[in-house]
Amino acid sequence: MSPRSNISARFDTAPDPLDGRVPPGPIDSKWTDHKFDMRLVNPANKRKFEIIVVGSGLAGASAAASLGELGYKVTLLTFHDSPRRAHSIAAQGGINAAKNYKNDGDSVHRLFYDTVKGGDYRSREANVHRLAEVSVDIIDQCAAQGVPFAREYGGLLDNRSFGGAQVSRTFYARGQTGQQLLLGAYSALMRQVHLGSVKLYRRTEMLELVLHDGRATGVVARDLVTGEIRSFSGHAVVLATGGYGNVFYLSTNAKASNASATWRAHRKGALFANPCFTQIHPTCIPASDEFQSKLTLMSESLRNDGRVWVPKELDDTRTADLVPESERDYFLERRYPAFGNLVPRDVASRAIKREVDAGRGVGPIKNGVYLDFAESIERLGPKAVEERYSNLFEMYERITDENPQNTPMRIYPAVHYTMGGLWVDYDLMSNLPGLFVLGEANFSDHGANRLGASALMQGLADGYFVLPYTIGNYLAPLLGAAPVSTDDTVFAEAESTVRDEIKRYLSTNGTHSVDWFHRELGKIVWDNCGMARSTETLEKALTEIPPLREQFHNDVKVLGDNESMNQSLEKAGRVSDFLEFGELMCLDALHREESCGGHFRVEHQTEDGEALRDDENFAYAGAWEFNGVGAPPTLHKEPLEFENVHLAQRSYK
Amino acid sequence: MHLKLRVWRQAGPTATGAFESYDMPEVSAEMSFLELIDELNEKLIEANKEPVAFDHDCREGICGSCSMMINGQAHGPSRGTATCQLFLRKFVDGSEITVEPWRAGAFPVIRDLSTDRTALDHIIESGGFISAPTGSAPDANLILVPKEVADAAMDAAACIGCGACVAACPNSAAQLFTAAKVAHLNLLPQGQPERWNRVQNMVDTMESYFGSCTNHGECEKACPKEISIDFIALLNKDYLKAQWKNRKLESQRG
Repeated sequence: MSPRSNISARFDTAPDPLDGRVPPGPIDSKWTDHKFDMRLVNPANKRKFEIIVVGSGLAGASAAASLGELGYKVTLLTFHDSPRRAHSIAAQGGINAAKNYKNDGDSVHRLFYDTVKGGDYRSREANVHRLAEVSVDIIDQCAAQGVPFAREYGGLLDNRSFGGAQVSRTFYARGQTGQQLLLGAYSALMRQVHLGSVKLYRRTEMLELVLHDGRATGVVARDLVTGEIRSFSGHAVVLATGGYGNVFYLSTNAKASNASATWRAHRKGALFANPCFTQIHPTCIPASDEFQSKLTLMSESLRNDGRVWVPKELDDTRTADLVPESERDYFLERRYPAFGNLVPRDVASRAIKREVDAGRGVGPIKNGVYLDFAESIERLGPKAVEERYSNLFEMYERITDENPQNTPMRIYPAVHYTMGGLWVDYDLMSNLPGLFVLGEANFSDHGANRLGASALMQGLADGYFVLPYTIGNYLAPLLGAAPVSTDDTVFAEAESTVRDEIKRYLSTNGTHSVDWFHRELGKIVWDNCGMARSTETLEKALTEIPPLREQFHNDVKVLGDNESMNQSLEKAGRVSDFLEFGELMCLDALHREESCGGHFRVEHQTEDGEALRDDENFAYAGAWEFNGVGAPPTLHKEPLEFENVHLAQRSYK
Repeated sequence: MHLKLRVWRQAGPTATGAFESYDMPEVSAEMSFLELIDELNEKLIEANKEPVAFDHDCREGICGSCSMMINGQAHGPSRGTATCQLFLRKFVDGSEITVEPWRAGAFPVIRDLSTDRTALDHIIESGGFISAPTGSAPDANLILVPKEVADAAMDAAACIGCGACVAACPNSAAQLFTAAKVAHLNLLPQGQPERWNRVQNMVDTMESYFGSCTNHGECEKACPKEISIDFIALLNKDYLKAQWKNRKLESQRG
């Protein structure tokens, strides 16, 4: 049986193309014109609308704060003990903006161009252009909030470079940019909580999306302290719940990051787009052992001053200092002279994998490459390097017991970010009316690969400057309609689904812990749908996931009860969703018979091993419709048209 | 290595808690402290005992979730290190380690090692912000911030809100947490218009939940971000000044 014939039984394709509802007109005036064309809700009427926001990271916190400032009645749910814990906090390097403060030729158009190219031509042009346009407002907004961005001695803002760009447009706050931006959004949010326009529910996890007449009208959530199952009703629901990188078990994501909110919306009809677009970040600390619970990222900013190399000899066992200059291969500089160590993440990750696979890996288990600061320390002095990266160096030393000032860092790629997510139109609304999706949870801006320092930009763009306009366009015609009562049967049904699920986990009484299943799933998807994918490996994953899922439901052991804090029970729901999601991710990877960005199919590569796209057949966003667990899903294609960026083989040479 | 753990177990907020001892005969020195608890939990589940509840998330020392008293020290023996970044190589083979939740009246225990730190959010709510509604900001480079000021503000802003300062304080005071936020915003030019109201409101809110500072300095030692106690001096100075400042004449300063 040929792979092609095998796959056709695995899904259906919808006959009609999916419409992203991009406004007409030239690319650089679409957003301005659209803002004028959209319906408005007058200030006095805004308080009549109730909006539920799920998630308190950059996208959720900025959206909830901005909507509260506008006068909407906002309910914010976070499963953390405080909104400030959301995983945006861990972003290190920076945030891009087309300010051109460095006088080096940056512009909105260049940021737009770099982002479309960096995404390997699999994103929607109009969304990316809007992102580049509002990037400048984000920096203004954050500076006004008191985000302590790095400054020059004259008091002006400083910038640095990131991968995939030849200009310096990245704003940063030491190696803690995500933390500082999140604390800015969090403080704006807490101000609204204090003023009463945002009602905050902590340790509350969304477990169902509720629809009424096809519109998103609320959610059902569990109080993680008391176990109470509760309904929340509103005129619109906003999901800002992050990405699905933890499907791999080992990733740089926080332990609790999960896909449950988006997956459960998907089960209710929301299309899930491009799940196979996952980003493997090149500079993480290599895994050391079986007990490892997560991987730690070392910021991309380090590649500004660090040089990546391996010994030229195979199986070289000398320590780094004993390998003379002439016997080192600075392979990124050699292969990509124009961008050097600052090639985009997907390109760097694959190049590193190739060296390690070839037997030139370094470290005790030969699973890393060097990131060396010796030259920068010599050029700039140890103090300047220390100032730029002190907290990253400290973190590295704490974990590995080695000081990067003396010994080169060892790094290896790890799962970091997911470009896929719920499908949204230009207004960031999913195919379900009233369901908006922001930040990493949606699929919209990064195509098949995200450039460094662009996740923070997108989260805040969506929350501060896009949703506050587009949600009014949806709400305006609903003026006068009360939200659906939580006594309605749609809420009762959703609550009972959640209760049944919880009962099921607690009564299975199996033999393996939830984490055991998570680890097993992680191994399957990492080995078969990780940095390199093939028909063979993906078919293997698709054969192995369903039995593991079945075993989970028959054999998982969740102790304790629902009525108190029960962290195994929380994880059970998340892992159950990953066991369904993982299958879709592998199917999407199998169906996409091309390589692009983070999606690398070994069957589709150029002679020198670069990703080979197939624009004729795959220049579309693939959005999947759920038809039941294990049932073949339906593929909806949104054609991607490139009118402003010329489609080309990506080159960083 | 071989470690023995004495862990505080408490079934719920109103239940009576007690220490339980667990033997961990074979653990690796390369493990993080939270990975040790993960391993303990896997063993407990295997033996049909409920796992230890504890707060954790990023495991990179930045989210501020993890919160354990280890041998009586908040976040354990390493300076400037959150529990998640503490590695077993810092402990002596064969030793017994006592693990407790944060102990403070303002942080009631939810279960085992997990506590409720909402009181810290209430301090922020009362003034830990600059009122800058979305869309109203001027160009970022119109506000000049001298590098030294930006650096000092960043030193204070590095606080991760874990509550170790409160847990370490004999008075369960939240001065270092509050001072860090007040200093971050009050040092910056953007923070000047609300400076006096901010410090007043935040200190008043703090005092309604937490104990008083008597300059023990335990907070600074426990802080995983090594935030300087000097910021408490700045807090006190601004709080005192806020009592007599005629806020209508603020722009007359020269």
